[in-house]
Amino acid sequence: MDYFAQQLINGLVLGSIYGLIAIGYTMVYGIVGMINFAHGDIFMIGGFIALISFLVLVSFGLTAVPVILLIVLLVSMAITALYGWTVERIAYRPLRHSFRLAPMLSAIGMSFVLSNYSQVAQGARVKPVPPIITGGHTLHTGAGGFVVQLSNIQIVVVVTTVVLLAIFTWLVARTRLGRDMRACEQDQTMAALLGVDVDRTISMTFVIGAALAAVAGMMYLLYYGLVDFFMGFVAGIKAFTAAVLGGIGSLPGAMLGGLAIGLIETLWSAYFSVEYKDVAAFSILIVVLIFLPTGLLGRPEVEKV
Amino acid sequence: MKSGSATISAPEQAQASRAPGIPFILKKALISAFVALVLFSLMVGVRTEAGPTGQLIYWTRFGELAALVAAVFGGSIVIELLRQWIGPAGATTLVPKQVQSALAIAGRFVGPALLIFTLLVPVIFYNQRYILDLGILVLTYVMLGWGLNVVVGLAGLLDLGYVAFYAVGAYSYALIATTFGLSFFECLPLAGFLAALWGVMLGFPVLRLRGDYLAIVTLAFGEIIRLVIINWQSLTGGPNGVSGIPRPTLFGIPLTPGDDGLAARLGIPFSPTHRIVFLFYLILALALITNWVTIRLRRLPIGRAWEALREDEVACRALGINTTTTKLTAFATGAMFGGFAGAFFATRQGFISPESFTFQESALVLAIVVLGGMGSQLGVALAALTMIGGFELFRGLEQYRMLVFGVAMVLLMIWRPRGLIGHRAPTVYLTKAQAISSDLVKEGRG
Repeated sequence: MDYFAQQLINGLVLGSIYGLIAIGYTMVYGIVGMINFAHGDIFMIGGFIALISFLVLVSFGLTAVPVILLIVLLVSMAITALYGWTVERIAYRPLRHSFRLAPMLSAIGMSFVLSNYSQVAQGARVKPVPPIITGGHTLHTGAGGFVVQLSNIQIVVVVTTVVLLAIFTWLVARTRLGRDMRACEQDQTMAALLGVDVDRTISMTFVIGAALAAVAGMMYLLYYGLVDFFMGFVAGIKAFTAAVLGGIGSLPGAMLGGLAIGLIETLWSAYFSVEYKDVAAFSILIVVLIFLPTGLLGRPEVEKV
Repeated sequence: MKSGSATISAPEQAQASRAPGIPFILKKALISAFVALVLFSLMVGVRTEAGPTGQLIYWTRFGELAALVAAVFGGSIVIELLRQWIGPAGATTLVPKQVQSALAIAGRFVGPALLIFTLLVPVIFYNQRYILDLGILVLTYVMLGWGLNVVVGLAGLLDLGYVAFYAVGAYSYALIATTFGLSFFECLPLAGFLAALWGVMLGFPVLRLRGDYLAIVTLAFGEIIRLVIINWQSLTGGPNGVSGIPRPTLFGIPLTPGDDGLAARLGIPFSPTHRIVFLFYLILALALITNWVTIRLRRLPIGRAWEALREDEVACRALGINTTTTKLTAFATGAMFGGFAGAFFATRQGFISPESFTFQESALVLAIVVLGGMGSQLGVALAALTMIGGFELFRGLEQYRMLVFGVAMVLLMIWRPRGLIGHRAPTVYLTKAQAISSDLVKEGRG
């Protein structure tokens, strides 16, 4: 039972990270109707930028950890958001009215570009960082001496996720930009006729998605203590699975799906086999699409001629 | 927002008619350069590496950063100038009519000429092992491209996990041959059959899915196969792979220097090139079989159904085409050819490991099919030649290879989303509109 509780905590933390990435997938799919295949690599870039800015700040002599983390968070969000904007601008916008496979293939190409760009720029080896946020709390000591722990970094990940989600939900539900986004999601032509700048709204969608992916990348860096150029691929597919599981196009669904995938993966590793945890996650994607194609919170899609 | 570097939209055309002057171009280039500066500032300007003690260290590379930003600035000006000279609609008028028709006539002879040249390659380049090896590699990808063309080009099902069938074929041959000692030509149908079986197994769950979802599921499927191969160590040897895979024989006659070898039987001196030439003609034969079967299938009802499915699935169902069997046969046929190619790959290499079957391979084969124009057999062959040849050119720049590949894929999609060479016109279409009298329509025959 204690073991299960511990795995539950670990799974929820991992799920928060997946959820943050999944929001980027689900928003872009909702508005443009394409799978942004390069989004996983945007997450990876976010992790790298967090790592580099952290190193630079430390070497400048900053010692206050909260200040460093806040600056790192803002820097990586800003720069990664610009990456998201550039990717949309270069690879997707010219293809918006092309045939349906074109944006997908362009996205695959962009994914290769981003991952190999960071391999060329930063080297192929894994970049480790020492634990930055240490310590934790013992929640419960079990009969067999098994300790259920909640580390500080886990608290940071979950709290950051919740805060960002709150900000983000407010953004979509209450601001002009959010209203434009929802309008574009329903009918781009009509939205354009009513004075919504569709291009700008789509760009902003990519920017917000990339910023959230950057946060996920930074949390990943803090939680696992490493980044490498290839981590975006698998994390991206899992986050996409989360988005599909939650119902693509639905924001609460993406978070819910993220948590579900995180839990499933953690529990699978804990009780079955670590080697097959990715197989489990990918199988869930297939199973969900067969039996629950609209996801947990999604709307059924009407097939039009 | 209206100042990025690559847009082909309505406002852009309006700008072109205004004929923006030098200040506009400079402003655009400056903004691009600034964006590049921010993008590259940390990723290129600072290089991190794990130091001798395991601690991360970093050093700055402002020279490279400045060079890149300058390149973006210059490139942006060049692109803008080019766009003004050619104009937004220039791409269609770039090639004059006469040249186009001349190209069309020449196009009819490219296929046969290419085939004759390919047949002669081992004769011409007999002493150049490198070219023969490269030829075998190109032909392997031609075959993979033609196999995937059935699924993507004909049936219009975007398959990102094609490498899974390649892997199934390779491992089927490797394991059957090393365990039961069957020869290559006995294993080949088995490998194809097993791959086709997996094709159907993948096909079943994804029957209801559309374009993008289908792509992701096939991708996941490809990864699952690869992960299972890595982790099922007792069967597949895990990351160490399978070695000692038997070399192919000419219907039981080995191509070895021994007394029962082909060279000894023919009474000619042995040369290791014999085996390479044999492999060359073997993969050529396999590829041509793939091509021939595909061309024949296109003329059968099932091939027509594939093309109809590609054009419009809803209309297909309305016309009473069984989309289930149509999709499954497409998957099975494509997978079978992938399996053949995999078996050939295994026998050529003599050693296979999961590293050969990554997502990059799938993307490469898919890029070949797309570059070839999705559905054009000749286009796929030329695209494979271009792609693999291009990869060979970048052999010295190993780490930049995939970067260039990715850039090429994006640019290709922007420039010619329908592929460089081919086009995907349906094989059959009505040459003129059929007039149907109203009484036929009333009876439901229209």
